[in-house]
Formats: sequence, C-alpha cells, structure tokens
Amino acid sequence: MVPAQDYGDAFVSGSISDARTLNPILVSDTASSEVSGMLFNGLVKYDKDINLIGDLALRWEIKEGGLVIIFYLRKDVSWHDGHNFDAYDVEFTYRKLIDPKIATPYSGDFERVKSFEVLDDYTIKVTYKEPFAPALASWGMPVLPRHILENQDLNASVFSRQPIGTGPYRFKSWRPQEKIELAANPSYFEKRPYIDRCIYRVIPDGATVFLELQAQGLDSSGISPLQYMRQTDTEFFKKYYRKFRLPGVGYTYLGYNLNNPKFKDKRVRQALNYAIDKQEIINIVLLGLGRVITGPYMPESWAYNNEVKASPFDLSKARALLKEAGWLDNNGDGWVEKKGEAFEFTIITNQGNEERIKVAQIIQRRLAEAGVKVKIKVVEWSVFLTEFIDNRNFEAVLLGWSLPREPDNYDIWHSSKVKKGEFNFVSYRNETVDSLLVKARRTFDQEERKGYYRKIHQIIYDEQPYMFLYAPESLFILHKRFRGIKPAPIGIGYNFIYWWVLRQEQRYNRINYQD
Amino acid sequence: MLSYIIRRLLGAIPVLLGITIISFFVIRLAPGRPTSLQQALNPKVSLETAQRLEKIYGLDKPLYLQYVNWLGRITRLDFGRSFSDGRPVLDRILERIPVTLSINVLSLIFILMLAIPIGVRSALRPDGLFDKGMSLFVFIGFAMPTFWLALLLMNLFGVSLGWLPLSGIKSLDFEYFGFFRKVLDLSRHLVLPVFVSSITGLAGISRYMRSSMIGALNEPYIYTARAKGLSQSRVVYKHALRNAILPIVTILGLSLPGLLGGSVIFESIFALPGIGSLFYEAVMMRDYPLIMAEVFLGAALTLLGNLLADIGYAWVDPRIR
Repeated sequence: MVPAQDYGDAFVSGSISDARTLNPILVSDTASSEVSGMLFNGLVKYDKDINLIGDLALRWEIKEGGLVIIFYLRKDVSWHDGHNFDAYDVEFTYRKLIDPKIATPYSGDFERVKSFEVLDDYTIKVTYKEPFAPALASWGMPVLPRHILENQDLNASVFSRQPIGTGPYRFKSWRPQEKIELAANPSYFEKRPYIDRCIYRVIPDGATVFLELQAQGLDSSGISPLQYMRQTDTEFFKKYYRKFRLPGVGYTYLGYNLNNPKFKDKRVRQALNYAIDKQEIINIVLLGLGRVITGPYMPESWAYNNEVKASPFDLSKARALLKEAGWLDNNGDGWVEKKGEAFEFTIITNQGNEERIKVAQIIQRRLAEAGVKVKIKVVEWSVFLTEFIDNRNFEAVLLGWSLPREPDNYDIWHSSKVKKGEFNFVSYRNETVDSLLVKARRTFDQEERKGYYRKIHQIIYDEQPYMFLYAPESLFILHKRFRGIKPAPIGIGYNFIYWWVLRQEQRYNRINYQD
Repeated sequence: MLSYIIRRLLGAIPVLLGITIISFFVIRLAPGRPTSLQQALNPKVSLETAQRLEKIYGLDKPLYLQYVNWLGRITRLDFGRSFSDGRPVLDRILERIPVTLSINVLSLIFILMLAIPIGVRSALRPDGLFDKGMSLFVFIGFAMPTFWLALLLMNLFGVSLGWLPLSGIKSLDFEYFGFFRKVLDLSRHLVLPVFVSSITGLAGISRYMRSSMIGALNEPYIYTARAKGLSQSRVVYKHALRNAILPIVTILGLSLPGLLGGSVIFESIFALPGIGSLFYEAVMMRDYPLIMAEVFLGAALTLLGNLLADIGYAWVDPRIR
C-alpha cells in the first residue's frame, strides 16, 4: 500500500553564486534561472520524455505551413497576488522582449514575429515572417504579469527582487549572497506542491558544500566525478543520500580555427581525431562518467544520428592521413613537418575549469605520439571571450556547448554566423549544411527535421571542424527522505511538485506557514 | 588648526580625482567586456543583444564622456546601477557592510585582547621560554593557510561534534526566531570566522607590542620607577605600557580602511555575504559601476584615515602645522 503523501518540509539546495535577478526575461545565469523557473510558467514546456506540451497554453494550432501559431490559454491560472492571468499578459511579455530599451538577452527568437494578436482573453495568434520551427519552443519563455509591470522600468524594477509569477512556488524572501526562500503556491493550477518551502543557499566553496552535505545541511547538490565515485562512497552517504547520474545537457569539443592554413585540410583534422582516444579521456577526467559523442546534438535527442560511428583510436591511421596531407617527419626529430615547418599549434581554454585543462594535457600527450606539437594556454574567462574567441585569435579551442532541447543549431554552424561575436567562431562553411540548417528550421514536421539533422550530424562528423570529445553526465546527490522521484530522459526535476516527505522524516518545521 | 584641516581637505580633492581618473581608464584598458559575459556563449543570445546592452549601459559613448557622466553623478552621490542585477550600486555595497565590519571589528578586539598581553609578557623576558613559545604559536597562526584551518575547524565543530553551524551567518529559519535566539544564532555563526581571522592576524600586533615594550622597558623613567620601589606590575602596566602602546594605536588608525575589506577565500569558505566576494564578482563580471564605486569608497576612506592620523599628529606636535 502506498502511504498518503504528506505535506510539509523544505528542500534546501546550494548554489555557488547568488542569483542576479529573478525577472525571467532578464536572467542570464544558471543560479537565477533555477530559482525563477519555480516562480514562472511559459506557454509551453518539455515533458519527461522531452516532448513539448502545454503549460500556460492548453493547446495550440500550427497553421499556414508554420507561419501562424494559435495558442489557446488556460483559464484557471492566477498570479501569486490573486490577479487573473490572461492573453494580455502574454502580449505584454512579448512587447517587452522586443523592446530595445529592455536588457533582455532573449529578443532574437521574438524578432521573427510579424504580428502578435490577442483574439480574445484566452486566445493568441502569432504570425511569423517565415516558418520558424524553434518558434514553438521559444514560447517556453516565462510570462510576466502585465498588471504589475505595466508602468514600470523593467531594468530597474523591484520586481527583479520580489517577483510575482504563476508558478508552483511563490517568492518569499531574499537575503543577498545568503539564501532565497520560496513558499508553495496553494492555488497552483496543476496542484499545490507537497513540499512547503524551497531554499536556495549560496555556498561558493566546493569543500564547504561537501561538509554541509555531511552535516545534512543541504538536501541536494551537484557533485564532481571524484565525489561521485569515491568521496560519497561511505556508509553515511549511503544511509542518507541517493546519488544520480543522468544524461547531461552539453558536450566538450576541440574546435579548430578553419581559417588557419594548418587546419584547412580535412585529412589533417581527421588524422587528429584518430590520434585521440576519447574513452581514455572520459576514463581519466570523468572517471568513466561520460559518453563519447560524434556530433553536435545530445545523444538522447531525436536529432542525434546513431548511425555515425566514432572513428577508432588508431595512431598509424593518424600518421598515414597526416602523411597524405604532406606532414612527414623528415628530419627524425619526432615532429612532423611540411615545407620545413613543424606541425605545432596552441590549444586555448578558459581558466577555472580543471576538467578542460586535464583534457588539453591528454590531447597534448597523445598528439605528441602522432608527431604534432601542442601548447596549452589557459585564459581568464572574460579575456578568453573578447580577445580570443570574438577576435578569432586562436588556433584550436577547447570548450563546451550547453545545448537547449530544441536541436536547431543554425547559429553555431551556418556560414553566415562567422562575424565577430557570433557563434560559428571556427568559421565552418559548408553549403550543404547551410541549406539543411535552413530547411530544418522551416518545417514543424519532426520526422522531416530529423532527416535533416541526422544528415548534418553525418557531414559535420566527416568534416571534423570540431573534434567531438564527450558528453559528461550530470551527477548529483539528493537527500533520501524525498519520495516520488521518477528519473526520466529529461532529468528528475520535472515532477518536483509531486515530491514529498513522510511526516516523521521531515527535517524542517512548518513554522508560521500560511497558505 | 581649522585652516590646516580645510587645507588638507581641499588638497585631498585633486588626489581623489586623480585616483578615479586612473582607475576608470585602467579598468577599461583591461580586456573583457561586461556585455560579452552576459551572453557568455549562449547561442540563444543574438549579436544584437550585446549591442543593445552596450547602449543601455552607455558603453557606446566615448570613454572620456563616460567618465564625465560618471563624475557628474558622483557629485550627487549617485554611483549608478550595477550591470549584473540593475540595482543601485550603493545598496549592494551597504547590504554587505554589516557582516564584513562586524567580523573585522570583533576579530580586531579579540586580537588586541590576546596580542597585547602576549607582547607584554614576551617583552619581560625576551628570548625566554614564554617568548619563544609564543613566537612559535603566533607565527604558526600567521603562516597557516586560512582556508585549511577553517576547513579543519568546520569539520571538527560542525560535522564531527556538531556544536557549531558550518557556514553562513544566520540559520535558515532566522526570521522566525525571537530576539535572544537571534542573538545566540548570530553569535554561534560568528565563532569560527572570528576565531580563524583572529588567529591569522595575531602575529603582527603581538610582535609590535613586544618590541615596543622592550624599548619602553629600557627607558630611564623605568629605572626611576623601579628605583622608587614600585611593584613590578605597576612599573610594567602603568609606566611602560602607556608609552609602549602608542605605536599600536597608530597601527590601529592605519588599519581603519581595512575594516571594510574582506577576503574572498575566507568569505567563500564560510559562505558569508561579505564585501570581498561582492568586489571579486564585480571585477570578474566587469561590472564597471560597482568597481568604480568600490575604488572610490576605498580611496576616500584611505584619504580620510590618513587625514585623521595627520590631524592627530598635528594636534600632538605643533611643528607639523
């Protein structure tokens, strides 16, 4: 028999930095988006199997070949202050997103909208200039309350510190650089969450986080591979915590500057790919907690092409390909040369990421065996972005992409996106890929898009503008008293409002709790 | 005296102006832009966003104009809004001051309470057993990495014994406590941070105290006092200490601006919302208004500290005037 779910208790998690703003359209950091995600809803969201479903929208229709989307909104939603949610809130949010005076980083997707019409209080019609498949997912953008923000300067409003949303939790208090506290929203349209409070503590130091876990002061925290495999392998952790390893949301790669003559020849890039044992990197750096990938999508995404097989680790093949491309060790010094010049390049990566530095060192060691000399340069993040990435001032870069669920990666691979500050910083140019990228974002038919993306995946792996290295797993630990957790492809947080704790196991009192 | 103070205050203005000019331009010379960090390799963030942000922040104007605008606002004590969260910079600084100030003041008091007796006792018999033992102790404290000591103590008192809270400045349910429980809660959270920062700061003052006490004990008036037949404690604590402590007071005066300084490592280990982490983050994020405000406040405090010290000297010694 399943015990009745109890209400109460608090969920305490740690974050290395404080949130900056809780206004969801201004959010640009993970700490802020984690908290604001509990407070707000968009029109659509992803379900546990990574399919788009309605959130504030009950359903939608896509018409005129994808030019028009009509959203039918829920009528039973109210803001945390009791005011009713309606279509004018969505319109207001849209207007703010495209307002050049608002410091939002998310205007891009919404500037493609040709017209936005409120058909009635609960129906919206959005017309696009041209069909744009990622548009649907873009309406996962949280909706702001018009009745509160109408006459305010969004950039400077107190709303960013005292937000009012429609989400399962309401904002309660914020002590800067200390903690943010949220309280369950008793009138949440899906259901009142079982857990009364969510508390986000700021703990910048990893060692302190670990001590807090040992004192059961934190209920959840991301952990490193070393902590996952060794440090939490104790009686204490087995008794009080549950460990999770779930597919991550990003991948790590070595990107070549394709404008550099050394990397112009595809055979050279393929040779380098043969010379690196990705599984070895995963075993050393991630203690095995990661997966080899072959393309620019997450392995569990429908866009990922499982038929593309990873090239094996094969040094002789690497040497042969280098030789074919004219790189040979003529003087016997161990380094391959072409026209008397040794093959030497520098990998840059950002400071503060030990994992990447280790990866660079393994690559350095392995490529030396293939006769290629590698130098490593580690640069402070801000300088890394402005001086090296934006100015294309690098030979090879070791970086990672964090991927949204929507696979459209036009901005990373299309040849028009090579300008300063844009994201195709390796300057990849392939006409077939260009046209596939355009086709894939012009249709809403997932089966059709699947074909395009799998083709793109195949071409990109063959051409090796990046050496795809691995997708790390997302590792975290959660206090055992929480029940109702059902891991799914999207993770575990999707059903948070159904998590609950047995009354006698609750650790935090329901003090002064008012519904 | 008044004209001296006015002269000094007027003299401080060009210095302050110079500091702000230099720091304003040096910060801008440093590579990295606040806008590139906000988009931080997020493909969802378009190129236009960076330009839009530059405009909102006023970074598209010529640098000298930005400086003039900044200076204009400063005269009205408006430090602008932080780039990272849009809040007034002054609010962000003021909310961090209580924690940093109270830890620094408490540990300074703690240091004085320990360092002065240690210094005095050591001076009574230089190179004696007590002196050597204490030298060893204070230098171990001085040399010990803060983070290491902190983690050991946290592990002992927070995890193994469970006597003290591990990190933070208040309990999670602090808001619901009564007054006395609040005081108790704050004190419990302060024990480890204050202890750690005192231990590491003990060496300086106790050594100053020791040497200045040795000097004082060799003065002729001490011989006079002893010759009068005064007791040892009267000689030491009444006659010698009063003179020996003067240099310590000077050092304290100079350490005033430091009371508002915080250490990033220290604050992040104990998860304290202090001023060090705020400034560190400001620099890493290239949050120009916040960086400038902190530079300005730091410079103003230092100048003020110097001025106070000089006024003190001038008051004592008319020749300086």
